[in-house]
Amino acid sequence: MERDKNFILGVYEDEDVLLDAISKVRGNGVKIHEVYSPFPVHGIDDVLGYKRSKLPIAAFLFGLLGTILALTMQFYMMKIDWPMIIGGKDHAAVPDFVPVTFELTVLLAAFGMVGVFMIASNLKPWGQPRIFDIRITDDKHVMAIDLAVNSSMAESQLTDVLKNSGASEVNFKSFE
Amino acid sequence: MHVTSSVREPLITGGKTLKDVTHDISRQVEAKPSMGWLLAFLFSVGVLLLGSIALVATLWEGIGMWGLNKTVGWAWDITNFVWWVGIGHAGTLISAVLLLFRQKWRMAINRAAEAMTIFAVICAAMFPVIHMGRPWLGAYWALPLPNTFGSLWVNFNSPLLWDVFAISTYFSVSLVFWYIGLIPDFATIRDRASGIRKTIYGALSFGWDGAAKTWSRYESVALILAGLATPLVLSVHTIVSFDFATSVIPGWHTTIFPPYFVAGAIFSGFAMVLTLMIVTRKVFHLEDYITIGHIELMNIVIIITGSIVGIAYITEFFMAWYSGVAAEQYAFMNRMFGPYWWAYWSMMTCNVISPQLFWFKKIRTSIAATFLLSLVVNIGMWFERFVIIVTSLHRDYLPSSWAMFYPTISDVGVYLFTFGLFFTLFFLFAKFFPVINMAEIKSIVKSTSEKVTK
Repeated sequence: MERDKNFILGVYEDEDVLLDAISKVRGNGVKIHEVYSPFPVHGIDDVLGYKRSKLPIAAFLFGLLGTILALTMQFYMMKIDWPMIIGGKDHAAVPDFVPVTFELTVLLAAFGMVGVFMIASNLKPWGQPRIFDIRITDDKHVMAIDLAVNSSMAESQLTDVLKNSGASEVNFKSFE
Repeated sequence: MHVTSSVREPLITGGKTLKDVTHDISRQVEAKPSMGWLLAFLFSVGVLLLGSIALVATLWEGIGMWGLNKTVGWAWDITNFVWWVGIGHAGTLISAVLLLFRQKWRMAINRAAEAMTIFAVICAAMFPVIHMGRPWLGAYWALPLPNTFGSLWVNFNSPLLWDVFAISTYFSVSLVFWYIGLIPDFATIRDRASGIRKTIYGALSFGWDGAAKTWSRYESVALILAGLATPLVLSVHTIVSFDFATSVIPGWHTTIFPPYFVAGAIFSGFAMVLTLMIVTRKVFHLEDYITIGHIELMNIVIIITGSIVGIAYITEFFMAWYSGVAAEQYAFMNRMFGPYWWAYWSMMTCNVISPQLFWFKKIRTSIAATFLLSLVVNIGMWFERFVIIVTSLHRDYLPSSWAMFYPTISDVGVYLFTFGLFFTLFFLFAKFFPVINMAEIKSIVKSTSEKVTK
């Protein structure tokens, strides 16, 4: 059986039942493909075993780039390219460079991080998501299990695991 | 299990389920525009067109169309600019600062408040752009672009230039923050829709799939954006206040300006949020999401920031006397008893006295009183900027050049134009975008709705 094509889906009504179910299902040796929710469920990355996002590092690096660019630009323009005495101060009046440096740091950190987020999560205007269950943007949580990945277990076995973990429905979904 | 303390009022009333949340908020996006909305929208467009006449006249003839003279070189334009920027402070404060403080009541109002912020900043930015007279050349004056005038760069020592960077950063970061929050909700609308609407909301939702991994990243992004936006929101009005504070005009040259301006900005921003939300909750029947509790909390923010503003007024006065500088002392006496005394006393009444009424629980939980006082605060905050700017300029060191400022029809018209623009954009937002963050509200339905507190 090919991977990433045929899924068994457990539908959950409640986020606390879901969190509990994820632990139970994983405890049974089942590998979960992904869980889809209508809202962010706190603590779900821990029970799914997801590592902490590296986005803060991206934000920091882009922020640093912003700081460096802003300072370089201001020193170059005010001190090197066209030095002028303004208000009797040094050409490079460093305290005056603080506001623009701060703003560009924030600007680059924010845009850089959001850009990385968009790329990492494959978000784009022409993006066509794979919808396992249309209700996951409304009121249901759906746990998707790839049948090929868990081929050591029979479908009926997986159904039982999901049912026992508190799923209100168990469905099958295949993608072309 | 989630347990809610019985002391705490529920944030969502009416025993809503997740499905109810989706339905209640998507409903107005999907329904045909109501007659009321259509009339209000057309009225705004009308105001926009009327104001455009003044705008075009100003651009065609030049800034001479305004009531400025050689003594009062800044008047309505910058008053309106500071006023709009101030209003544009509440949205990001609500969504960023209250997120860092884990204030869950923000969730019902942050979407609309941020939209208001973005539209207010657009209106604010109109004034510096228009006042350049030839805005199509303005990019050379405002941005560090290589140019044919001898590669003369912009002046990084000037607070006016800092403003360019502060406001454009604030605008774009707020826009991104707002849009990231909208993506999951657009996905909800996409999944309920069909046909062309599905295509449009599908594109707007950027192919959102609701996966746990995506949500986890989304939460990181929201938290860091909040962390970045918090100092940003404080920096913007600080820098706006530098436009005045770094000058040597009596009445402007004071170190109290940055915190005083920031408090004033939050004060007026919350007032505008209240004005808009009271109408929105009524029109779209969102009383279960934006409760009296929300209104009361916002009113408390208004008491606090209003009192800070009041203390700042008194401190300025005290410092003028204590400094012993005759010009400074005269500037403040002139504000109170000079030819613009009416502006000063309107400001004092609207900003210092009226918000103190919110100490009475009856008043701060009354919708009619809140709505009225929110308008009063916005009027007061406009007068505050007018007082600071015009009364300080019109009588400075040289009595022979003392003058008065009288607005012309173009001054009024350009201000009207921004009102038209603001409400046109807000009505479009209210009709076509989900006005409440559904995903965030759903995350607190279980813990803070009436059903579980029983």
